[in-house]
Amino acid sequence: MALVNALFGTWSALVMVFFYAPIVFLVVFSFNDSKLNVVWEKFTLRWYAELWNSTPLVNGLKASLIVASITTVLAIILGTGAAWLLHRYRFRAARPISTMAYLPMVVPEVIMGISLLVFFKSIDVSLGFPTVVIAHTTFCFPFVMAAVQARLAGLDPALEEAALDLGATPFEAFWHVIVPYLMPAIVSGALMAFALSLDELIVTFFVKSAGSQTLPVVIFGMAKKGINPMVNALSTLFILFTVLLLLLSEWVKKARA
Amino acid sequence: METMVELRGVTKRFGAFTAVDSVDLQIRQGEFMTFLGPSGCGKTTLLRLISGFETATAGRVLIGGRDVTDVPPYKRDVNQVFQSYAIFPHLNVADNVAFGLRMRNVPAAERAKRVGEALELVSLQGLEKRRPHELSGGQRQRVALARAIVCRPQVLLLDEPLSALDAKLRHSMQFELKNLQRQLGITFIFVTHDQEEALIMSDRIAVINKGRIEQLGDATQIYHAPATAFTADFIGEANLLKSQVVYRNGILARVRLTEGVELAVKKETLQDSTSQALLSVRPEKIYITKTKPAKENAFKGTIEEEVFRGAMDELRIRIGGTPAANGSHTGLSLMAMVPNESSHERSWHKGDTVYCTIHTDDIVVVEQKA
Repeated sequence: MALVNALFGTWSALVMVFFYAPIVFLVVFSFNDSKLNVVWEKFTLRWYAELWNSTPLVNGLKASLIVASITTVLAIILGTGAAWLLHRYRFRAARPISTMAYLPMVVPEVIMGISLLVFFKSIDVSLGFPTVVIAHTTFCFPFVMAAVQARLAGLDPALEEAALDLGATPFEAFWHVIVPYLMPAIVSGALMAFALSLDELIVTFFVKSAGSQTLPVVIFGMAKKGINPMVNALSTLFILFTVLLLLLSEWVKKARA
Repeated sequence: METMVELRGVTKRFGAFTAVDSVDLQIRQGEFMTFLGPSGCGKTTLLRLISGFETATAGRVLIGGRDVTDVPPYKRDVNQVFQSYAIFPHLNVADNVAFGLRMRNVPAAERAKRVGEALELVSLQGLEKRRPHELSGGQRQRVALARAIVCRPQVLLLDEPLSALDAKLRHSMQFELKNLQRQLGITFIFVTHDQEEALIMSDRIAVINKGRIEQLGDATQIYHAPATAFTADFIGEANLLKSQVVYRNGILARVRLTEGVELAVKKETLQDSTSQALLSVRPEKIYITKTKPAKENAFKGTIEEEVFRGAMDELRIRIGGTPAANGSHTGLSLMAMVPNESSHERSWHKGDTVYCTIHTDDIVVVEQKA
């Protein structure tokens, strides 16, 4: 038994190293006082300071935050609405529609990107912020929808009836009873959507314009000319932010469940 | 008395299945009416037709004289206590109770006053700020009740609200509900499959079977004068005995239950043309003695089985017939209930020879045909 435990322990440790070693390296080297990413010189915070003076990075960050925020709001509205309607109103096409809605989650990003680009071009829409937001919304809203659908599966149908019985119109019942019940799922789905939108690269690449470059696009562009330690610093901040979002999402799930 | 709820030829079909089949019923103002029946009999659908969660396929539903057949639930002056209670999980006790008043735009000051009154009626004062998950099953049930009565509906609908409580609590809630109903003077419509609950609380009981009202009457009528075999069997326990009419004279008729076992019944309970009748006799109406009584309708039998049931002993008594080779019996098996006379000495034992006496008043004819 002890041997089995030791083997499993070692295996788990190796998996963790495999997953997190690159991230640890990145974080460590963001504090390295050298232009090169390979040799450790000495501790510095200068890359973090320089970050704020780099116009392309700051602009990229602004673009990313704007896109992710609008995308998240749209994903909440579409995802929650779709999940509720599919749950509440049974009709023949409900299942196929439900399955179709998950398609953007599994279609390869390159194909998503190309198809969106072709679509926007064919209807003569010029690329820019709106196209980036639309693209992000298409693959983000299924995450909200999935989270909400999972919670709806455990909904007591009598809750809505109780609200109607007490004089609430169907909309009031949805707003005052169903939405609060769904809130943990909406919040965790929304945080997921926000995080996904924030670090999306490939789809964005196809549908962006020169003026709507999100942060991952900017970083990717910089990386082609060699990895700048500033990118390490930025990535470290990014990782920190994403982890915080994830923890928040978990906390919301626990607190409201 | 004034009619509060009226159903006129109400039918509800789900596809090919008829859940409620042309029901006519008038429920009076201030009455405690119970829909009693087995699961799947249509009693809950009937309730939902009154609350508005189902729309009648045919017929009309009237509440307080107003035709509400096509009125949605949120515009009907009825409130319901749900089987699952359906307490809003994100609201505390006071906000749950206040929900209906908020939807009706009752001003905050009056709302607080009425919530306080409702919570007092169900003895939940002091729990205003509790969250639903911090309440016991019995407390949740009271919240559901307070939330439904705070709007002062014309009719309160209760869908098996006590079925999730333990036996002791259920019994005390039965009396509490009955008192509350007297105090408020509101019409209560109560759905249950528990016949004892129905007998304890109701002014009138509608026994429902296969979407139809099998019998409508007060508790004693339903119990002592069941109109059909279904009612006799479903409410309490009953010996249902097939019989053939063999003889009639002035006031009595004789029917044969089985070879060599004949019973006198009141002639007036049988139609003149009847040749076959199904009789119902309650187990506690069969009198057991060890010596032969000098009365009519006394039969000699053997105790086949004796079961201790707490307050009563249940006896299975074989009358007439002969044991067959395969262990089964011909003849008649009667179920009787006798009081538990002594805790240290049992009066009745398996194999004893006893006499069963049935009084003609206790024989109810539930079905007859020519």
